[in-house]
Amino acid sequence: MQFQLPYSGLQWSDLPYVLLGVWNTLILTLAAATFGTLIGVVIGWLRQDVPVARVVLAPYVDVTRSVPLIIQFILVNSSFALAGIPLEPLWVGVIVLSLYMGVLTSELVRAGLGAVRFQLKWASRSLGMSYWQELRYVSAPLALRTFFPGWIGTVIALTKDTALVSVVGYVELLRASQVLINRTNEALLVLAGTGLFYFAICYPISLYSRRLERTFQHD
Amino acid sequence: MIEIENVRKSFGTLEVLKGINLSIEKGEVLCLIGGSGSGKSTLLQCINGLQSIQGGNIIVDGTNVHARDTNLNTLRQKLGIVFQQYNAFPHLTALENVALAPRVVKKQSRRDALDLAREHLDYVGLGSKADMKPSGLSGGQQQRLAIARALAMKPAYMLFDEVTSALDPELVGEVLDTLRKLKESGMTMIVVTHDVAFARESGDRVAFFDQGVICELGPARQVINDPKEERTRQFLQRVLH
Repeated sequence: MQFQLPYSGLQWSDLPYVLLGVWNTLILTLAAATFGTLIGVVIGWLRQDVPVARVVLAPYVDVTRSVPLIIQFILVNSSFALAGIPLEPLWVGVIVLSLYMGVLTSELVRAGLGAVRFQLKWASRSLGMSYWQELRYVSAPLALRTFFPGWIGTVIALTKDTALVSVVGYVELLRASQVLINRTNEALLVLAGTGLFYFAICYPISLYSRRLERTFQHD
Repeated sequence: MIEIENVRKSFGTLEVLKGINLSIEKGEVLCLIGGSGSGKSTLLQCINGLQSIQGGNIIVDGTNVHARDTNLNTLRQKLGIVFQQYNAFPHLTALENVALAPRVVKKQSRRDALDLAREHLDYVGLGSKADMKPSGLSGGQQQRLAIARALAMKPAYMLFDEVTSALDPELVGEVLDTLRKLKESGMTMIVVTHDVAFARESGDRVAFFDQGVICELGPARQVINDPKEERTRQFLQRVLH
């Protein structure tokens, strides 16, 4: 008896599938980084400047930071399904990763604002600037310098964390490559190629950030 | 005119101002001297509304600084203050440092604000440093920049909080020269200083602070050359010898 193995080698026609994975990774990263940063800036500012917010927001920050992402994906996915409003895997990813990115960003915002010497705030206020004017023209630009390098690191980590959304069935880059590995049995080749794609996404981000950092420098 | 009536200020259980009474007339230079922790700097911060007070009143041209309905942002435009630490905004050039508040607070056009800034940098002798960031300036230059920045708001009063204490000795002179120039222009000033010689020479009156109260107040020369109070005498002996 002869077995016909279902394997077939890598073909050029697999490329669109891989590119779909790349596209899905990019979409998810972009959405989560955007929403997450917006959430993080507001939360970080609240936690730094509004004492009540520090207490109220503590559970959100602590839980999101301490529970593994993979569990959060499954919990959010299942909760919505149980509530009768099943979500697209993309949205599960966007919700969980945005909240996660929000917490990490808020810590960076808080650290950035906290690093501005209070004497500089006094100097601004003593010139007649309002709280908001001081924030806009003095604290925020200074905080941005401390914030930015850490934020880029977080965005790069987030890009790689998008791979975890495959547990709820989202076909991003890693999931697409796993499907190809199952079919072709070319694990090494496919994974190396996939790694290259991640590198191609992340490396330009870090290059760009280095250039921006140089323009920030005030010495 | 600044009137200070029975002002009390505490940090927690520590009372740093224990009923201060003072009034400063237009055009006067009042120097506050005294040991560290005697309350001089705190009083300046209270006059500017940077610190709250627990009792008494501070009235600037008829406006009560610590009243609930006082708009501090408006009032502070009258009260320039320069601190011990140079507080130049590190992300802005010298020129932008001076132009920022006129542009943002007084809503001057960018061009007017920059012209005004140039004029004030020239006044403190920093005209050639306009495009430099504070990190490229010496301590004395940064302190003069802080003075120019405060003056650009056209304040009626200038408060100086130990502006030469953080400076290397050879840089003190240039900052004191700027203060003398201001005095000649008729600016009303309250100067917290450890420099007794400056107080004697440039002050109209001197107030000696000790442990949160004004121990002695009088004409500068009299207080420093011929103090009436024993504690003033002891302090002056310590700092002059």
